Amino acid sequence: MSERTTAIAYEVVIGLEIHVQLLTDSKMFCECATAFGAPPNTQTCPVCLGLPGALPVINRKAVELGLRTAVALGCRVHGTSQFHRKNYYYPDLPKNYQITQYEYKIHPPLGTKGSLELTADTSPRRIGIRRVHLEEDTGKLVHVEQHGQILHSLIDFNRSGVPLMEVVTEPDLRSPEQARLFLGRLRSLLQAIGVSSGRMEEGSLRCDANVSLRRPGAELGIRTEVKNMNSLRSVERALAFEAQRQEQLLDRGQPVGQETRHWDERRGVTFSSRTKEEAQDYRYFPEPDLVPIAVGKQWIDEVRASLPELPDARRQRYASAYRLSPYDAGLVTSSMPLAIFFEATVGHYPQAKTVANWLAGDVAAYLNAEGLEIEETALTPNHLAELLRLVDAGTISIRTAKEILPEMLRTGASAEQLVADRGLAQISDTAAVGSVIDRIIAEHPGPASDFHGGKTQALTFLVGQVMKKTRGRANPELVNRLLREKLQS
Amino acid sequence: MSITPSIVNHVARLARLELSPEERERLVHELAAILDHLAKLNELSTTGVEPTSHVIPMTNVFRDDTVGRSLPREAVLEGAPERDGEFFKVPPIIETEPEP
Amino acid sequence: MDSRVHAFLSVDKSSALDAARRWDARRADADALPPLAGLPVAIKDIICSQGLPTTCGSRILEGWRSPYDATVITRLREAGAIVIGKTNLDEFAMGSSTENSAFGPTRNPWDLARVPGGSSGGSAAAVSADMVPLALGTDTGGSVRLPAAFTGIVGLKPTYSRVSRYGLVAFASSLDQIGPLARTVADAALLLQVIAGRDPRDSTSADLPVPDYSASLPDGVKGMKIGIPREAIGAGLQREVNDAVLAAARVLEQAGASLIEVSLPTIEYAVPTYYILAPSEASANLARYDGVKYGLRVRTPDIHAMYARTRGEGFGTEVKRRIMLGTYALSAGFYEGFFLKAQQVRTLVRKDFTVAFGSVDLVLMPVAPTVAFKLGEKAHDPLQMYLTDIYTIPVNLAGLPGISVPCGSADGLPIGLQLIGKPFDEATVLRAAHTYEQSTEWHKARPQLT
Repeated sequence: MSERTTAIAYEVVIGLEIHVQLLTDSKMFCECATAFGAPPNTQTCPVCLGLPGALPVINRKAVELGLRTAVALGCRVHGTSQFHRKNYYYPDLPKNYQITQYEYKIHPPLGTKGSLELTADTSPRRIGIRRVHLEEDTGKLVHVEQHGQILHSLIDFNRSGVPLMEVVTEPDLRSPEQARLFLGRLRSLLQAIGVSSGRMEEGSLRCDANVSLRRPGAELGIRTEVKNMNSLRSVERALAFEAQRQEQLLDRGQPVGQETRHWDERRGVTFSSRTKEEAQDYRYFPEPDLVPIAVGKQWIDEVRASLPELPDARRQRYASAYRLSPYDAGLVTSSMPLAIFFEATVGHYPQAKTVANWLAGDVAAYLNAEGLEIEETALTPNHLAELLRLVDAGTISIRTAKEILPEMLRTGASAEQLVADRGLAQISDTAAVGSVIDRIIAEHPGPASDFHGGKTQALTFLVGQVMKKTRGRANPELVNRLLREKLQS
Repeated sequence: MSITPSIVNHVARLARLELSPEERERLVHELAAILDHLAKLNELSTTGVEPTSHVIPMTNVFRDDTVGRSLPREAVLEGAPERDGEFFKVPPIIETEPEP
Repeated sequence: MDSRVHAFLSVDKSSALDAARRWDARRADADALPPLAGLPVAIKDIICSQGLPTTCGSRILEGWRSPYDATVITRLREAGAIVIGKTNLDEFAMGSSTENSAFGPTRNPWDLARVPGGSSGGSAAAVSADMVPLALGTDTGGSVRLPAAFTGIVGLKPTYSRVSRYGLVAFASSLDQIGPLARTVADAALLLQVIAGRDPRDSTSADLPVPDYSASLPDGVKGMKIGIPREAIGAGLQREVNDAVLAAARVLEQAGASLIEVSLPTIEYAVPTYYILAPSEASANLARYDGVKYGLRVRTPDIHAMYARTRGEGFGTEVKRRIMLGTYALSAGFYEGFFLKAQQVRTLVRKDFTVAFGSVDLVLMPVAPTVAFKLGEKAHDPLQMYLTDIYTIPVNLAGLPGISVPCGSADGLPIGLQLIGKPFDEATVLRAAHTYEQSTEWHKARPQLT
């Protein structure tokens, strides 16, 4: 298989650019609300519409959230940073320049040269953070089409000027899986420090990636930029597709074109956006309407002191305090809400390892399949603890527990209620189980005598029949014990 | 400083300015003359000189993260050259840009 | 009268009359009146005001009405002033003669064949011709002081950041400043008092107390040290201007000031520096006029063509010239050689002034090398037009306060004296200008419009 051999021959090199909507009430440079879902063009003012004469004023909270991120990522925070104008024409950009920060030696962005540790199954890996900077979002364009042709476009400027933070990594990621894991870690970090809601579906976290292939140790290949990936899973899928596409091109001796490609989630492919790729000339220069941001040591110290426990530290604490495997610890700390859920459940049900197993197993599988976050389900820590106690008490089997869990996640029903309503409790009454066994032995004389003849698999058959008769509710241990007793007597 | 018609075309494209042939012709000469004058700055050595972006030194001018009043939508859309209900309306974006 | 001068682009007669009546009624009640109660003020049509169009002298904004008031307009209204109308200007304040208005030039009330200076030519002409007592202009490279000098009135450019720019349609953001135009220094001081001070909507507005400018006007110039830059006197100046400015210096000396020669070696580089920085900033500031949200739209089937056609038809020659120049200076490969270099030279110009102000309280020089020139005289030579601002531009680059006061006349046309102060020391500038004005008769001369 040629694919396998080339998979060894090439190394995938990935760098991510993540746009994060900051958790502020008002916009980056004006007092308009940032609330999601308002009627079109109702959250706008002279500043975010770019009316003649309007001037921007920096939202302090946005700077603080940017600083929290820079400090949490171990960035070098620059003494002074400055906004720039990035000049380009697009109808969703009201001033036809975006106020952003630019990597320029005299006016650096908020933070540079940080890192975030990634624990994959293998060894830990530090992913370099090239820079953290602040900027404003654009408005939203809606294209009105007929017969596949755009007739005209409509603009809603509500999103114009919403505070964004851009986090750019070094090209340190080596597989689509690593890219997904990294983005998950970053997201949980941003949630932990109160910077972002982390909701990729709402666009509050957007990820673009640069992907190239190279022979190990060789120079970086030509890269493509992949856009429009709006879940952790689609990041991995899109990058896997793109890496394979490039690999096939290279194998055929064809060059990889430097271009922007969009991920089509439904078709599972990346496609060229067919925009004319001309060298952009953004003509950056320092924004004269805004004065520099000066960040002294005291400010940085205050930010550092105000940061909560960061996911890395939390993961290490869980691993030692609860004796979780690195994988389980990593999983339950992969998002802030999940970690909070874990700790709350452990408060009701102290066997942390069991809780972690369930969260990492069935709960994670459900969330993955449904594309949900734990806080978006109806499950409460109390109910999960109750479910695990019912299993421990023998009231229900593990199988029953696994069966009712999705309903609990979906509806918020309590385990006890579901078990009672549906008569799912195990039959642990010796007399009741005994009478069923008597009937089964009478109905199946053959297997009963086989057991006497030493064929132990006959017992398995009879247990199965009892379970079938009781629709799985008989306590399996009790069934086993009673069957042996009755057959041997 | 040599300014060619192709430089004028390129800059006009960046600036989204449609120029008549006469305007282009004139700008080639005018820009050349002005840039000659601007080149006078090269007489000065500026090695190690800090650039001035802001003439009055100030830092950290912020506003609090509070929501204020937005404009009424009618006031927003009143001046729009073209609108469609609650939206601004623009012609489609055709990706091959014409030469100005 | 205005049909010949063409100072105004729009006038708000009815609400102005209403407001005047209201104030007159209150005057009868002997209420405590605000400082500008009932006084009409003309506004350069590049400052946003509700109720009247704001055109910036451009086709691209023709008919646009701002849904908000500039901070200076709010302050004027709160002080009881009546926003009487919007005055003519060079399109987007780019020019030195008010010939670059899309709505036709303003003429100098002293000689209708001559320009009033620019770009605040409409405001200056309106005050000079006694149409209004007070007006606001804007000064990016001399646009308040030059027309004040050419029309024989007082014009003050405050320290950069002294007056809020919120609602002033930006030409070059790091240089623009709103300033008063008036017939006397005392009136200019009164108007400055109302508009100066910190505005939370302008990040670059200074958070410093505003002194009582009027109170210190009578204090005189005894002991004041006034510097005369050797580079600004003599060669290149019209002889009458040179003589009038030196005579004015001697008047101040007789009033108790001492004259000291200073040097501003880099001021000859100010014009090229300005013509890199201002067009660069303008190229971004004027990018928003694209036919999408407001103003002119030339209809085309595609948006890129719409941008180019709208801007090509909507902007006048000088605006296009400067957008081209600024776009070029910022474009890839030229940033370091032009924009960054000019920002560095700006630092040197500032340093020259800082050194001079180490030994003097004020710097004195001409406002312009000549008196008002004829309409059309420089219209086809942009470079010659740019050099009109040779004495005013350095003050903008350094962000300093500067005033123009009438100090003489040549061929029946006014000459302006420029006094430049330390940052935020408008009080000293105004005091010296007032002392000079009160020692002479020049400010009493009025144009004879028949």
